[in-house]
Amino acid sequence: MNAAAAQIENLDRSSEALPLLSVRSVSKAYGARIGCTEVNFDIWPGEVLAIVGESGSGKTTLLNCISTRLEPTSGTIAYRMRDGEMRDLYQLGEAERRFLLRTDWGFVHQNPADGLRMTVSAGANVGERLMAVGHRHYGELRATATDWLGRVEIGADRIDDQPRAFSGGMRQRLQIARNLVTAPRLVFMDEPTGGLDVSVQARLLDLVRGLVNELGLSVIIVTHDLAVARLLSHRMLVMKDGRVVEHGLTDRLLDDPQAPYTQLLVSSILQV
Amino acid sequence: MTAHPQTSGYNFAYLDEQTKRMIRRAILKAIAIPGYQVPFASREMPMPYGWGTGGVQVTAAILGPRDVLKVIDQGADDTTNAVSIRKFFERVAGVETTTRTADATIIQTRHRIPEAPLREGQVLVYQVPIPEPLRFLEPRETETRKMHALEEYGLMHVKLYEDIARNGHIATTYAYPVKIEGRYVMDPSPTPKFDNPKMHMSEALQLFGAGREKRIYALPPYTDVVSLDFEDHPFEVQRFDRPCALCGAEQVYLDEVVLDDRGGRMFVCSDTDHCESRQAQGLRGELSGEAAQ
Amino acid sequence: MNPALIVSDLAKTFTMHLRGGIELPVMTGAAFLLQPGQCAVLGGPSGAGKSSILKMLYGNYAANAGQILVQHRGREIDLARAEPRTILELRRETIGYVSQFLRVVPRVSALDIVAEPLVERGIDRPQATRRAGDLLSRLNLPERLWSLPPATFSGGEQQRVNIARGFITDHPILLLDEPTASLDAVNRTVVVDMIAEKKVAGVALLGIFHDADVRGAVADTIIDVTGFAPRGKDV
Repeated sequence: MNAAAAQIENLDRSSEALPLLSVRSVSKAYGARIGCTEVNFDIWPGEVLAIVGESGSGKTTLLNCISTRLEPTSGTIAYRMRDGEMRDLYQLGEAERRFLLRTDWGFVHQNPADGLRMTVSAGANVGERLMAVGHRHYGELRATATDWLGRVEIGADRIDDQPRAFSGGMRQRLQIARNLVTAPRLVFMDEPTGGLDVSVQARLLDLVRGLVNELGLSVIIVTHDLAVARLLSHRMLVMKDGRVVEHGLTDRLLDDPQAPYTQLLVSSILQV
Repeated sequence: MTAHPQTSGYNFAYLDEQTKRMIRRAILKAIAIPGYQVPFASREMPMPYGWGTGGVQVTAAILGPRDVLKVIDQGADDTTNAVSIRKFFERVAGVETTTRTADATIIQTRHRIPEAPLREGQVLVYQVPIPEPLRFLEPRETETRKMHALEEYGLMHVKLYEDIARNGHIATTYAYPVKIEGRYVMDPSPTPKFDNPKMHMSEALQLFGAGREKRIYALPPYTDVVSLDFEDHPFEVQRFDRPCALCGAEQVYLDEVVLDDRGGRMFVCSDTDHCESRQAQGLRGELSGEAAQ
Repeated sequence: MNPALIVSDLAKTFTMHLRGGIELPVMTGAAFLLQPGQCAVLGGPSGAGKSSILKMLYGNYAANAGQILVQHRGREIDLARAEPRTILELRRETIGYVSQFLRVVPRVSALDIVAEPLVERGIDRPQATRRAGDLLSRLNLPERLWSLPPATFSGGEQQRVNIARGFITDHPILLLDEPTASLDAVNRTVVVDMIAEKKVAGVALLGIFHDADVRGAVADTIIDVTGFAPRGKDV
């Protein structure tokens, strides 16, 4: 093996040894009230992590902290940039941070209206991130948008319609396409199936599951629905009162829960 | 060209010297950062917003006693807005005024750039209603400022994309966004996109004043001005399929004039000075005889 | 030949926090090993912890004590203490599992469910789908069902989908939790043949089989789990 090849291999190994995102001792206090406290975890490429807990458990606070939307009171969040370097997210300049948010990351909001431009066409919604990073060929943008609409099961004939004319499920699928078009490495999802009918939920979950496998995405998904966690995630983090009470393989946490609270959660699921 | 004694009793050019100094500082900053919107403390002027208070303040701040002022509105020197602003400066500054582009040192304009190329030493002052090109896409001022600071201009292309998706071509015909020196995206005020190429590498200094929105921005002479577009939908100016009916000029911006109530109409230069200069040189269009009668 | 998997001192206790923290010991001191090319069968009455052993070996249940040493990527890994990420890697490459029941994924066809483990390992979809079809035909699942999600299938049909999914890869270790329970005689024979082929291929198998005929046909060794029952406590 020549020196250059050896170097490349070393690089590969070192990059595999590093997590994509590393969360250490993250706490957020709202005055005297605890948002979340002393949270630690890593996420590696291709992993889906579910953060579960009831409302008020701190899961959304945690999601906002790690997605740079809410600065934590203490702790660090490091992200492996595309050049392989681990950077503290809150030490990034605003330009770097915003660039990360609209290229290397995705954020799927519970309410699609928060993540879409409701008054521009579906095609432009999908194309916006590409245009933001300098794509300037209308025909190619349109072809890419058509392709992505197809991947999220929206007909090509809807490309010029505004999301205002879409159903809730379609809007959510459009929001996903809009986020994935720049091939992000990490996608945050906040209760992505929250406001949807059960049958629509199933279709969306299946779609997300397929895309995650196909694209090798890392996903951090906040949900209160253990069935969603079971279907989508590899690992699970159970939160209560701002603390992580249990953390591990999703199927192990659901089939052999150790913490009292996890046992309570699991035993509260309605069997169909 | 006519000179007018100052008759108003106001300070020269209406504004007090401190205010003019404040506006000049904003102008200097704007020239130093081409395309960047500089906030300034816009004053109440003796005319309503929308009548060119921004342009008037800029003109007042740069006007000297030896300047020669021309004011146009939609290319014409004789419309209400142009006439009243010209009269205003005749009274409060006593400066010479003119309708001839070539003779003017300062040209205040609403919605047009003169057809004849401007030269070094001339200043073109634009009246701007809404200076923020991102406004219709992003209503939050805090956010648009950040977008300018970080050069996040993807949204401008979203707007052009929507245009093509809806109309098959970029249908924006005025206030067509431009990028300055590869950095700031700027609204050229509601001039027709026909005039955009005239801004590029212009020998004259171009100043933009928005009174209600309290912003001044500028293009120093010889500034690179590029109209935004797509590779497969390049920027194009409007084309007119006939010459001016009065002077026969081609490659100029034409206004449609309705002649009667039987559908009769003609297309004439929107730049009245340009048209009259050509006619004075003996150039004629197809309707010039008839129109003269 | 080196064992594919070595279990020693393995213990499992369930703590029921919702019932005042009572402890239910399931086993203690479990020890056995799996050899490549052999099928070991867990023996003992129901409730003795056979299923719990399989689940611990798959990382699905936590072990309270002991070791589960697995040969993985040329190294020895203690699955009882492994990080979730390592367990997922083990499942992808080293340890396969055929559960008793199929966990149905909404809207995914039987064929795709079977092909999925290959696709996850980077095999291209047409090839994976072809292999999935081969296995489903071999297990006599009518072709008209292949494109349907198995939610509405009968128990036997679902189980055959499950078996095909478990057998499609070449994991060196394969865990079988009553794979033949709801199958008819013909399909039971097919599964027995498939197990024999895995043995020839050098796979180490560990299974639970209630059917004595099947057990007799596949077992090289029987591991009697009654020996691992917790002592000194009435359960």
